[in-house]
Amino acid sequence: MKKLMKGNEAIAEAAVRAGCRAFFGYPITPQNEIPEYMSWRQNEVGGTFVQAESEVAAINMVYGAASAGVRAMTSSSSPGISLKQEGISYICGAELPCVIVNMVRSGPGLGGIQPAQSDYFQAVKGGGHGDYHMLVYGPSGVQESVDIMYQAFDKAEKYRCPVMILGDGMLGQMMEAVELPEMKDISKLPKQEWAVTGKGRGKTRKIINSLYIQPDELEEVTHRLFDRYAEMAKNETASEEYMTQDAEIILTAYGTVGRIAKSAVNMLREKGIKAGLIRPITLYPFPSKAYNDLAKKDAVKQFICVELSMGQMIEDVKLAVNGLKEVKFYGRTGGNVVSPEDIVNAVIKEVK
Amino acid sequence: MATVFKKTQMLTDTPFHYCPGCTHGIAHRLVAEAIEEMGFQNNVIGIAPVGCAVFAYNYFNCDMIEAAHGRASAVATGVKRVNPQNIVFAYQGDGDLASIGMAEIVHAAARGEKITVIFINNAIYGMTGGQMAPTTLEGQKSTTCVYGRDSLLNGNPIKVCELLATLDGPAYIERVALSDASSVRKAKKAVKKAFEYQRQGKGFTLVEMLSSCPTNWKMTPDKALEYVKNDMQKIFPLGVFKEVE
Ligand SMILES: Cc1ncc(C[n+]2csc(CCOP(=O)(O)OP(=O)(O)O)c2C)c(N)n1
Ligand code: SF4
Repeated sequence: MKKLMKGNEAIAEAAVRAGCRAFFGYPITPQNEIPEYMSWRQNEVGGTFVQAESEVAAINMVYGAASAGVRAMTSSSSPGISLKQEGISYICGAELPCVIVNMVRSGPGLGGIQPAQSDYFQAVKGGGHGDYHMLVYGPSGVQESVDIMYQAFDKAEKYRCPVMILGDGMLGQMMEAVELPEMKDISKLPKQEWAVTGKGRGKTRKIINSLYIQPDELEEVTHRLFDRYAEMAKNETASEEYMTQDAEIILTAYGTVGRIAKSAVNMLREKGIKAGLIRPITLYPFPSKAYNDLAKKDAVKQFICVELSMGQMIEDVKLAVNGLKEVKFYGRTGGNVVSPEDIVNAVIKEVK
Repeated sequence: MATVFKKTQMLTDTPFHYCPGCTHGIAHRLVAEAIEEMGFQNNVIGIAPVGCAVFAYNYFNCDMIEAAHGRASAVATGVKRVNPQNIVFAYQGDGDLASIGMAEIVHAAARGEKITVIFINNAIYGMTGGQMAPTTLEGQKSTTCVYGRDSLLNGNPIKVCELLATLDGPAYIERVALSDASSVRKAKKAVKKAFEYQRQGKGFTLVEMLSSCPTNWKMTPDKALEYVKNDMQKIFPLGVFKEVE
C-alpha cells in the first residue's frame, strides 16, 4: 500500500528498513525532518540516535559506529556537509561503509535555504583531502530516493565506502505517495569481518585506521580503493533516458531538475522540437558511456545541461561527450528553481 | 625461578616509538595493566588520537580505532552507543583534547557518555615539534611562544578537569601525575576506578595524567619529571574533581 510521505521522512524510514541502527546528526534546514524522524524511530527499533554538538562530531560518531559494523548514517545540508568533509575523508581512508544524505541548499557561505545543486563538485570530486571517491546518487523523486536508500548500505558494505545521496530542498520537502520496502531482519545481515567487537587479541585484533606512513603501503591501499571504484563503475553506473531515440537536442539534468527537464521534453515535443533527456542516477560513477553513445548518433545535434548552479555537472558531461557535439548550459542559482517553461524557452533560444 | 614482574598481555610486542624518558609509555602500561587486571581483555575497544600516541593502535593488544585529530571522544561515543557492552577508552593529548577537540570532549562529558578518557597533558604539542598547547604554562617556552607563554598575548592554560567537573554528565574525573613511582601507582588506581565506573554505567570518566615531553621541553628526562612535579602541579593541582555516588 502506498503512503503519502515527505521526502525527508521517507528517506529516514527507508534507512531504518534497510537496517540503519545508528543515526547522528545536527540541525540544519532543509533536512531537519530526517534527524527529527530518526530521534523517535531509532528508539522504536532499538537503534541509536544522538543529536551531536556539530556536524564534525556527528560524522565522527558515524565513523565510530561504522567501525563496529553497524549500519550508521548522518544527514545534513551544504554548510554542514562542508564540516563533515574531514570525517568523510577518514571514513574513505579507513574503508568504512556508511550513508550520508545531503539535502543541498544554495551557497557559497551561509548561502540560502532554497534548493540548489551547487555541491556537485564537492560530492563527486572529493571535497575532503586525499585520493578518494564515494558512490553518489542523485534521485529525482521520493520513490527513487526510497529505493536507493534501501540498497545504499548494501552498496556501502560491498565497496567499503560511503554512499552519498545528493538531494536538494525540493526533494526533502515534497510529498509523494511511496511504496515502502519491507523491514530487513538485521540479524540476517552479513557480518563484517573487519569490524571491532572488543574481542580481538593478538592476531585477531581489528584495527580501523587510515594512517600509512610508508608511501608504498599507502599507494597500495589507494590502488585498492580505486580498484573498488572501477568495480563500482562496472556494476553500479545508472542513468535514465527519455525520448532519446530520435532526439536532436539532448537535455541533461539530475535529481529533481531531471524531472522538471522531462516535462520540458514533453512540451518541446508538442512544439515539434525533437528533444530528449538523459538523467544520470549515479553522479559518481558518472554514466559517461551513455552520453558518449548519444553523442555518436548522427541525429543528435547538441546537449543542453540544466543545473541549479553556475554549471558543475556540465564538466563531466563535456568530458563524456568528448567534443563530438556542442554542450550548452542553462542554469539558475542562488536558490532559484527552473520551471519546465524556463527550460523550453532556453532550448528555443538555442535552436533558433 | 619465580617471576616477579611480567609485561602485561594487553600490550603487543611492538617496541614503543616514544622518545627516551617520555611518559606516554608509562601511561600505556598503566592503561593496559588496568584492562588486564580488571578482566576486560576480551571486551575492550581503544581509540587512538592524533599526536605522539597516534600509533597507540600498534601497542594496545585489543581492537583499536584511529580517530581524526581531536575527534576521539566523538568516535568513542559512536562505538560505545552501538556496543554498550564494550569497555571503550579514548587516549588523547592536550592539543587533541583541549584545543581542536574541545567541543567533542565537553559534549561527550555533558552527555555522560559511558567511556573512559585518558588525557595526557604534557603542556606541549609533541608530535608536531613543540608548539604551544592549550595547557602550556605561563612563561613556558615553545616554538610558537619563543619568549615563553605570555597570557596577554597567548591566553592562559586550560584546566580541563576543573572545567569538565562543572558538568553533570561526568561520573569520575581525576588528575594524576606520572612524575615518580608513588604517583604512578596512584595514577593506575585512578584508571581502574574510571574503568570500574564505566563498567557500572555511571557516566563519563576521565583521568588527566600530567606527563613529560623531555624532547620538546629540551630537558633531560629527570629534569622533565621535576618540572611535572614542581611547575605543572602548581597550575594543575592533583586530585579528584568529580566523583558520583
Ligand atoms: C586537523 C589536523 N590539524 C593538525 C594536525 C597536526 N597535528 C598532529 S599532532 C598535533 C598535536 C598533538 O599534540 P598533543 O595532542 O598535545 O599530543 P602529543 O603529541 O603532545 O602527545 C597536531 C597539531 C593534524 N594531524 N590534523
Ligand atoms: S615528542 Fe615528547 S611527547 Fe612525543 S614521544 Fe617525544 S617526548 Fe614523548
